[in-house]
Amino acid sequence: MKAVIRLGRSGEKKIMVEPKDLKVILATDCGSTTTKAILIEKKGEEYRQTYRGESPTTVEAPFEDVTRGALNAFAELEELSGRKILDGEKIIMPARDNVGVNIYVSTSSAGGGLQMMVAGAVKTMSAESAQRAALGAGAIVTDVIASNDKRLPHERIELIRQHRPDMILLSGGTDGGTVSHVVELAEQIAAANPKARLGTTFKLPVLYAGNKDARDIISKVLEEKTYLQIAENLRPTLEAENLMPARQKIQELFLEHVMAHAPGYKKLMTWTSTPIMPTPAAVGAIIESKAKRDGINIVGVDIGGATTDVFSVFDGNFTRTVSANLGLSYSISNVLAEAGVENILRWIPFDMDEADLRNRVKNKMIRPTTIPQTLEGLQMEQAIAREALRLAFEQHKSLAVGLKGIQRVRDISETFKEAKVETLVDMLKLDLIIGSGGVLSHAPRRAQAVLMLIDAFLPEGVTRLGVDSIFMMPHLGVLSSIHPEAAQEVFEKDCLIPLGACLAVINIGRLGEKCLDIKIHYQDGRKIEESIPFGELKLYPLGPKEEAELEAHPTRQFDLGKGKGHALKTRVRGGVVGLVVDTRGRPLNIPKDKAKRIELLKRWASALGAF
Amino acid sequence: MAHAYTPGLRVAEKTKIRKARVLPLPGELVVKKGDRVEAEDVVARTELPGKVFSVNVAGRLGIPPEEVVKYMIRKEGDPVAKDEILAESKSLLAWLKATCTSPIKGTVETISNITGQVLLREPPQPIEVRAYIGGRVVEVMEKEGVVVETTASFVQGIFGVGGEAVGLLEMGVNSPEEVLEPKGIRQEHEGKILVAGSLVTWEAMDKARKAGVKGIVTGGVYDEDLKALLGYDLGVAITGSEEIGLTLIVTEGFSRINMAKKTFELLQSKRGMKASINGATQIRAGVVRPEIIIPLNKEATGEEETPAETGMTIGDMVRVIREPHFGKIGKVKSLPVELQTIETEAKVRVVEIELTEGSTILIPRANVEVIKL
Repeated sequence: MKAVIRLGRSGEKKIMVEPKDLKVILATDCGSTTTKAILIEKKGEEYRQTYRGESPTTVEAPFEDVTRGALNAFAELEELSGRKILDGEKIIMPARDNVGVNIYVSTSSAGGGLQMMVAGAVKTMSAESAQRAALGAGAIVTDVIASNDKRLPHERIELIRQHRPDMILLSGGTDGGTVSHVVELAEQIAAANPKARLGTTFKLPVLYAGNKDARDIISKVLEEKTYLQIAENLRPTLEAENLMPARQKIQELFLEHVMAHAPGYKKLMTWTSTPIMPTPAAVGAIIESKAKRDGINIVGVDIGGATTDVFSVFDGNFTRTVSANLGLSYSISNVLAEAGVENILRWIPFDMDEADLRNRVKNKMIRPTTIPQTLEGLQMEQAIAREALRLAFEQHKSLAVGLKGIQRVRDISETFKEAKVETLVDMLKLDLIIGSGGVLSHAPRRAQAVLMLIDAFLPEGVTRLGVDSIFMMPHLGVLSSIHPEAAQEVFEKDCLIPLGACLAVINIGRLGEKCLDIKIHYQDGRKIEESIPFGELKLYPLGPKEEAELEAHPTRQFDLGKGKGHALKTRVRGGVVGLVVDTRGRPLNIPKDKAKRIELLKRWASALGAF
Repeated sequence: MAHAYTPGLRVAEKTKIRKARVLPLPGELVVKKGDRVEAEDVVARTELPGKVFSVNVAGRLGIPPEEVVKYMIRKEGDPVAKDEILAESKSLLAWLKATCTSPIKGTVETISNITGQVLLREPPQPIEVRAYIGGRVVEVMEKEGVVVETTASFVQGIFGVGGEAVGLLEMGVNSPEEVLEPKGIRQEHEGKILVAGSLVTWEAMDKARKAGVKGIVTGGVYDEDLKALLGYDLGVAITGSEEIGLTLIVTEGFSRINMAKKTFELLQSKRGMKASINGATQIRAGVVRPEIIIPLNKEATGEEETPAETGMTIGDMVRVIREPHFGKIGKVKSLPVELQTIETEAKVRVVEIELTEGSTILIPRANVEVIKL
């Protein structure tokens, strides 16, 4: 076996193996509650995920050492696979017969992940670009500070002090442009004298990615009080955004200055064959590479207990957002607070009063590991999931936008005025929605996942749907940094479960009025022709390996993306659920009347076989 | 999952409690190792730097930023009074002079020749840290704080709001099933910590805080009433800093739920003793649960309890913590190894429980917690 030794940026040795020699890959994701380990093996000519083990994460007291949880997860893998992975507390490398592995890779979101504050001169320009850079690097952005954020300087200083982020990203000014705004922000950061969240004796990393002419002054202001690092300007001109250098630098700082101070990570970092990636950055990487490889537009979502991440790739533009307080256990009460009781109740197919809903939600929050036992309990959680997904997607759409401040900008004062900018997320161009997270991946029936995804994301025209089988996107994302082909192969074969496709009409009408005629031509010659009135959900069989020709003719007032009344002809791929035709209209209106609402929700769920 | 996760909330008759009392910034300690302290005693103090204000001197005087230093009357480090002149433009004609005054009393922190801003800082705010629990100082961290140790009865709640409070423990009800209503709140409860049974109503909480009650410990509370107490809908379960006039600790959950008998009887037996409570709750990485600490007299005898592992075994008493049997108590009859399909069609590990009322139920292991009666 040929081993290539390269030096990491921080000088550490990383042993790289030639991709062709990778026979056995060990990967973990150290999450905030569970450490999940998987084994990927080369079987003949293909890579497949073979075994999975998990164990509680051990970052917190009494263990305070992340490697304990990883070792426990490895032990479970050993037990299940029969492969000896550990020699004491050492990973056996390289692999021989049934012993050892070739490489070990890991992602991490333990201890609350990477928490950052970003600062920029103009809220809708450099601050927004900075926010996108931080999110793209896998961070949770705790606050955005900008010269024009209407806060008083002392309020900003108090905020910086209180937040105790892991890192601050400072940006502002185009290259050669004004320096005073960004220097003013730097002065405020210095005045706050911020302390790092972990490792209180260390200086807080501050990354400056603004006007290059201000670098010397910024250094003078911040060098003494912070661990200042410089990256290329992320907004070198108004017309260009250059996020990659800042994103890479954030991930380096995350490893060297944040992770290194988290309990046990120094040791874990010596075990891995490639740098540990923040979990969301890894998920983003695998989604981005899928979009690129297939030349498609994707929206991916990972709904967890505390946070919900949304990823999108439209025409090659990658955006990631995280809704830090939208989730289904720790954050479940916040979904209720943000969405409002009415919006949750509109998805519940039985009579439930507000007080009961409130108490149940709070009880889930204080005992986050309980699971729904009754059908009603499950329906309530899936109702809340729809709202968490909807809100997270709304937040995503507002940040996944083109650059603001272009063309219309004549002078700096104009840039302070907010302009309405179109989101990059175009539902008609969307090819695939990928869902991940317990409520979607582990829904007792796959049709329930389909219904949640359709109700929350409201796809238009034809859109494929899929779910992550056992939450291995993070593992595959970090693997893709050294062996993209293996990562993609496992992604297609073992990770992504195709649910099917959805055809949805735009515009609204009266329940029962004529809406859509469809013809489905199957490969085996079968044909289905049907007329579907407005307000229905219909499911047609179309298996995971099947394709069919779909012809759809909407009536005059309805649109499938080709214009009102215009027919759509396309080839659709199936999935474990099938082809869903949704004539409920966009926007989706759910009747306010309780009895009518319950009747409709039941009808839709039963049409898909969800309940 | 090898065994069910149980929050493992502690209810101990006698245990050793250590509390680190740490300053937010280095400062001065006013007690030393070995000292006996009362809950209300100050153990350390320091000064928090004051708020920072910026003044755009260059803009006010109409001069370039790099010249600001020249026009400053007060220099970096100088004290300034409110409305005192900070900088003044030079002119032969008095009425053409522009001045810039200080909006606050404080000191001049920095003068920037890049932005033309002058940063002023308000005087520092004194901060005191109290012992919170009566006990002995067993450890001293130079300039940072102390560790106070005591032998106490200790109860962890599942959820709370409001911060640290100290007061004498008083029963607001006579049984763990009883509801604490407004009529149960009396004037003599001022400064006390009141124990409720299965529920405390919003009206009772409101009357209690108006009467100067320091805290309420209850089995259950309705979320609607919590919303009324806070004045907003609680989203994220990170609490402790609410300023609502009293500290509320819930031991069982949201709804009307009898307080566990052991908890109720323990609190009842400590009636009239001084208790230190804190509603601070954090339910995510690094779980923090609210607490009730009742330091015992020096002559207290008996075995000290140490926290036990909370794995579940046959014969353990458990409480159901999710619908449809929420709040019911029973004994573990069996722990089937095979996954079982439940009503939702999910396949999960289950536990068979013989309820105290006689019937037997099969429910997900994740939905019970081990309790001690």
